[in-house]
Amino acid sequence: MSEIILTPLDQPEVPLEASNIKPDVFAGKTIEEIKNIEILHGNTPVKLSEFFEVTGESSENPAELKIIIDGNVDRTKRIGEGMNAGEILIKGDVNMYVGAEMKGGRITVEGNAGPWAGQTMIGGELEILGDAGDYVGSAYRGDWRGMQGGTIIVHGNAGNEIGEYMNGGKIIIKGDVNIMTGIHMNNGLIIVEGDAIARVGAEMAGGTIVVKGIVHEFLPGFEYLGVEKDIEVDGQTIPGAFYKFRGDHAIKGAKGTVYVAVRGNGHIVP
Amino acid sequence: MEYVKNVVCPFCGTLCDDIVCKVENGKIVGTINACRIAHNKFVHTEGATRYTRPLIKKNGELVEVTYDEAIEKAAEILAEAKRPLLYGWSSTECEAHAVGMELAEETGAVIDNTASVCHGPSVLALQDVGYPTCTLGEVKNRADVVVYWGCNPMHAHPRHISRHVFSRGFFRERGKPDRTVIVVDPRETDTAKIADIHLQVEFDRDYELIDAMRAYLLGHEILYDEVAGIPRETIEEAVEIMKNAQFGILFWGMGLTHSRGKHRNIDTAIMLTEDLNDFGKFNLIPMRGHYNVTGFNQVASWESGFPYCVDFSAGKPRYNPGETGANDLLLNREADALMVVASDPGAHFPQKAVEYMAEIPVIAVEPHRTPTTELADIIIPPAIVGLEAEGTAYRMEGVPIRMRKVVETDLLPDKEIVEKILEKVREVKASK
Repeated sequence: MSEIILTPLDQPEVPLEASNIKPDVFAGKTIEEIKNIEILHGNTPVKLSEFFEVTGESSENPAELKIIIDGNVDRTKRIGEGMNAGEILIKGDVNMYVGAEMKGGRITVEGNAGPWAGQTMIGGELEILGDAGDYVGSAYRGDWRGMQGGTIIVHGNAGNEIGEYMNGGKIIIKGDVNIMTGIHMNNGLIIVEGDAIARVGAEMAGGTIVVKGIVHEFLPGFEYLGVEKDIEVDGQTIPGAFYKFRGDHAIKGAKGTVYVAVRGNGHIVP
Repeated sequence: MEYVKNVVCPFCGTLCDDIVCKVENGKIVGTINACRIAHNKFVHTEGATRYTRPLIKKNGELVEVTYDEAIEKAAEILAEAKRPLLYGWSSTECEAHAVGMELAEETGAVIDNTASVCHGPSVLALQDVGYPTCTLGEVKNRADVVVYWGCNPMHAHPRHISRHVFSRGFFRERGKPDRTVIVVDPRETDTAKIADIHLQVEFDRDYELIDAMRAYLLGHEILYDEVAGIPRETIEEAVEIMKNAQFGILFWGMGLTHSRGKHRNIDTAIMLTEDLNDFGKFNLIPMRGHYNVTGFNQVASWESGFPYCVDFSAGKPRYNPGETGANDLLLNREADALMVVASDPGAHFPQKAVEYMAEIPVIAVEPHRTPTTELADIIIPPAIVGLEAEGTAYRMEGVPIRMRKVVETDLLPDKEIVEKILEKVREVKASK
């Protein structure tokens, strides 16, 4: 696999938009050509080389190309947006929309990611080793078709409205989440290994949510189905005892399933 | 003394259009029909400090300058900025908004109005799940069940209740006795005191309450005996009243749009309204605050396809509240210049946002001395629409009404100021 290393120079206060940082665009270009790729600095188009030092070797095939961003890009948005193949490794924090509309390939963020990571994702893998913001794997504003496929793994915490309007794929949050996890979810799987504050599965019509930690408050529109042990989800078994709920019955014909670990969650059972 | 009739009030979204102004020596000295807030706006146009000349900050001091100099300096700031923010707009007329949209496009700016700290969440929700609405005239003539959720019109929209709810309508001949008023509010407000039913919801639990209502409405049992501090039976009783309405109306305010969950509270309230239409007729109207906050959303939608938070930085309109809202841009330290028109973010934004405002150039098109003008580098005083200038405004539910000019002034209206800035921006850009 060929590697291209982008070393960020000083990140500006007015953020950069760099949906062109992805193997699909870099493939088949020389280092000189890559330096001249256009990114947006606020409302002004600039060359990539104004804000990044570019070294390494490109490849004809995007699937054979790995882009390594060697530092913090916390003022850069849309890295890997719409990417189809190859790999991006970000050795620091990244701003909004990392891996949005991603169709294939793999993105790893070693630091934290801003909101809308993996927005309307279709395929591929997005792994965030730090925290993620709100709207991980969400829909575009006003759209009712969110994430379709692929996998998002967040090792830290995430914010509100994770998997908003999710239609497929898998989101795993190893830390805690805020409110509205799986809002308007239709299909797919969300696993929260930490705690959730409230409104898990709000207005969900389908799909599955598993919370292994504490759910502080639960919604009254769900139906309690009892305790299930060693649950089967997405072809894998999750060991332990879980309260099972169906809903959200605020939605007509809702068939969503929420599993909440029995341990520590006695307060949400009617 | 001259009596000017059928004046439209430029204060709240109710846009009362029956005000009579008493004018003496070119000044409004009294009003008839106006509420106390409106009366004060009409008779105290001068405020504590009314600017009559443009001002520019030179060496830390505000110095009087000509309109031309202030406009030229403002245009230079906007033309050179990489992420300018044009904010405010809700207390001026739609024709000024249209020029503002053009200015935003020309400068690759983000343009946003006060909806983003007000009913922006309502706009987000209605894009997600729809907008079953009606006019205030229909409310007056038809409504038999009126729900006020998270709003206190007795104080915020003082004539809203008397004009549309307590008044007699075509099918509600007796007025108030023909209607059931439900108020949902954690506090015992003056609006709650006149309600037939007051659901004293726990603070920040509105979503839970609506979730329970919707589940019960669709024939399911509510999971808990008590939701949001309200017993299951009371919730069921309230839903039965709404279900049996011939013509129901849900008005909602900041208590719903800015408590926990924000746009999702409205989303589920809209869905409740939609579900209620399986039984009778039910509608909703947001209690819009500024008299023309709705107008900006209308203008922005027809000009760009998006109602607020419109980002022109990529040369085409884009939109994402949370990224392109005024507060998002200030709190994330993205904006590098700010123009405020007909609004006072200095008084109403979070402290961190205001602190950042102090770090960037601020242009204020504003008639009075406000916390925003204290931070401004350029102050351009306009004529006040509805008093000294005419124009179009949209009432809270989207009915356009022509604002009248009552008295004369030498000051330029907002529209002309923004037009002149736009012209200058084009000149500055062409000279580069």
